Amino acid sequence: MDRLSVDSSNHAAGRLIKAPENFLDSTGVRSVVAEARKGRRDFIRTAFAAAGAAATAPIALAAGNAVPPSGGDANIIELPEHSKGLGRPVASEGYGKPSQHEANVQRRRSPGLTQTTQSSVSFAPLQSLFGIVTPSGLHFERHHQGWWDIDPSKHRLMLNGSDARIMKTPMVFTMDELMRLPSVSRFHFIECGANSGMEWGNVAVPTCQYSHGMLSCSEFTGVPLKLLLDMAGVDYKRARYVLGEGADGSSLTRTVPMEMVESGEVFVAYGQNGEMLRPEQGYPLRLVVPGVQGVSWVKYLRRIEVGDQPYGTKDETLHYVDLMPGGLHRQYGSIQECKSVVTTPSGGQVLQGQGFYNVSGLAWSGRGKIRRVDVSVDGGRHWRSARLEGPLMSKCLTRFNLDWVWDGKPALVQSRATDETGYVQPSYRQLRAVRGSRSIYHNNAVQTWLVQESGEVKNVQLS
Amino acid sequence: MFNCRDLALAPVFLAASVAQAQSSAFPGIGRAATAQEVAAWDIDVRPDFKGLPQGSGSTALGMQVWEGKCASCHGIFGESNAVFSPIVGGTTKDDIRTGRAARLTDPAYPGRTTMMKLSNLSTLWDYINRAMPWAQPKSLSTEEVYGVTAYILNMAAVLPDNFVLSDKNIAEVQKLLPNRNGMSRDHALWPGAAGGKRSPDVKAMACMKDCGPAPVLASTLPEHARDAHGNLAEQNRAVGAQRGADTRSPARAAAVPALALAQKHACVACHGLDNKLVGPSFRDVAGKYAERTDAVAYLAGRIKSGGGGVWGSLPMPAQALGEADARSIAQWLTEGAKP
Repeated sequence: MDRLSVDSSNHAAGRLIKAPENFLDSTGVRSVVAEARKGRRDFIRTAFAAAGAAATAPIALAAGNAVPPSGGDANIIELPEHSKGLGRPVASEGYGKPSQHEANVQRRRSPGLTQTTQSSVSFAPLQSLFGIVTPSGLHFERHHQGWWDIDPSKHRLMLNGSDARIMKTPMVFTMDELMRLPSVSRFHFIECGANSGMEWGNVAVPTCQYSHGMLSCSEFTGVPLKLLLDMAGVDYKRARYVLGEGADGSSLTRTVPMEMVESGEVFVAYGQNGEMLRPEQGYPLRLVVPGVQGVSWVKYLRRIEVGDQPYGTKDETLHYVDLMPGGLHRQYGSIQECKSVVTTPSGGQVLQGQGFYNVSGLAWSGRGKIRRVDVSVDGGRHWRSARLEGPLMSKCLTRFNLDWVWDGKPALVQSRATDETGYVQPSYRQLRAVRGSRSIYHNNAVQTWLVQESGEVKNVQLS
Repeated sequence: MFNCRDLALAPVFLAASVAQAQSSAFPGIGRAATAQEVAAWDIDVRPDFKGLPQGSGSTALGMQVWEGKCASCHGIFGESNAVFSPIVGGTTKDDIRTGRAARLTDPAYPGRTTMMKLSNLSTLWDYINRAMPWAQPKSLSTEEVYGVTAYILNMAAVLPDNFVLSDKNIAEVQKLLPNRNGMSRDHALWPGAAGGKRSPDVKAMACMKDCGPAPVLASTLPEHARDAHGNLAEQNRAVGAQRGADTRSPARAAAVPALALAQKHACVACHGLDNKLVGPSFRDVAGKYAERTDAVAYLAGRIKSGGGGVWGSLPMPAQALGEADARSIAQWLTEGAKP
């Protein structure tokens, strides 16, 4: 650790900051009133959101647990309103929302990453999530030509073949029909092939939301694709490839190998975490391809074609191809290899003083279950195995935890996962030695967070 | 991927298949698709050109469509990176001969264009047909798709002027693609049997103690990028083991209101502060009108009404913003467009 040059310029980012007296300052109030007269409601929302955010952070930072000179914590001695009054009635919200104090937990765009908001990404706030399930409203988004909220009574799924002999009966299903069929419910992670893509060459983003947030995990419910293909009568000897196609403007297409369909793993899903899919996740129907990068989980799924050749689609030829050092692009990369990240403490956070912390994070593998996760706090010199929280499910996120007492000195926190095939998550050095640094996709390197003496955590890469 | 030839057989096999669908293990669920329905949705074109509709289109037609419907995002010459990655550029005559875009081996070469990656012409045809233009996908005729495909190849110096691309000659044109030999499937990331190597290419060991090498910091975010992703204090939960770092810098906290207005009204989609995007940079505009006495009124008017011919061939559309905002931005421009 002595070789580290630790930036100490942020020591001043202290914890005891006085809460502001007012929600908006006087300039803010004047400008809100002025804008309101012009009927600019959007401006008002923005102003309050900014003020609220600015206000909550300092208030929260002021929370401590020392005994005050008066002999007792005012939060205990003086009973709060909620202990002395009548609360709100049932069903005041027909669809409940998170606490107003959770407003910071949002999916976000990464500034400058894309020039449009329709062909773009929003990142899930991994630093604020517990367990393995991503709340549906925080699930990362990746749209290629904007998202839609499609009327399910008008949505159809078509099955057909690349020639007249490869499928006996091209078929059409309504959503009503699909939802009558035998269903399966399974927990799986979905990760964009470009997750951590900005970090291939160097550190580019500050927090794990941006470095790893194209990752989410849900319980999906739907019908195995094999069951539908059997109904249509597929010649499985010839039909070794499956094409999924979306109903939106991009009508995105991706090739899936028939082996994965035959194993029963691939299904067409309408359910997500107990309710229907969210529109941003493909309502009313999407393909679920466990362990495979998100682009293959075609949203707004309208058509499945079976064929005897892969399809060379735009997202298999021009994008989602991995550039190797010799100048060749790897095509049809699909499996998301074993990977992990510590989500707390992580980049952009500030530890609240020395002492005990629960180092916590996520591990996953597109090849099956997680077998083990090791954690280092000294930049990879020494490792301890973390506790894996069950259940351990195949091609699903696994939560890991490790006890840690921080001594206030700089620490380099890392996690390294091993999956049930024995594959070990590589370091950047090991990954780059084989694939260079221009691949864009499939970056599964070990992530390093530097905990500075100030408690502020930075995203760093080691040589 | 049904061809017209297949459609001719459709009525016969359809009659038989309705009965089969009814006799499945799940009676009453699903029905046979009609040939008309399949034809409406089955639009994919494979690398062997199965599914490609008969037809043709000329580079001349393609140019007409391009300049009307494509150039505003992709640039007049397909070179623009203002909205999407460039389509044309980075390939050479020699690449056409070898089928490998040589610049892909040069880490110093900035960016990768569509033409540097494209290995199958079917991909280009299929994608234009299904997803372009950006806001009106599936609105081009078959002839127009052939034309635009031909024109892109013409801009990339793969096809000559006055070429007519068709289903008859497309397989020959495929043989000219600069990166047609640039793809590899020899990796372990394809989950099917037809993939390449079955064993992962990166092999790491789970060393537990006294592991090397000693950690040395190689990369961190520069201090000036501290608030590039906003104030991280507002992006972390306000209760729990950690808080978000307050990354507001005094310099940016007092951001120029006019620049904020330019962002609010999406001016920055086409104008950079210092660099030319679709339109000139704010700094260039500031410089050009620095001496003009009625600059504020003139620029405010141009912002609202739009116009063209001053900075290049792409006109600026009229902007729906209020007079006060237009004047604020104009004032800021005349004062030098300082960040």
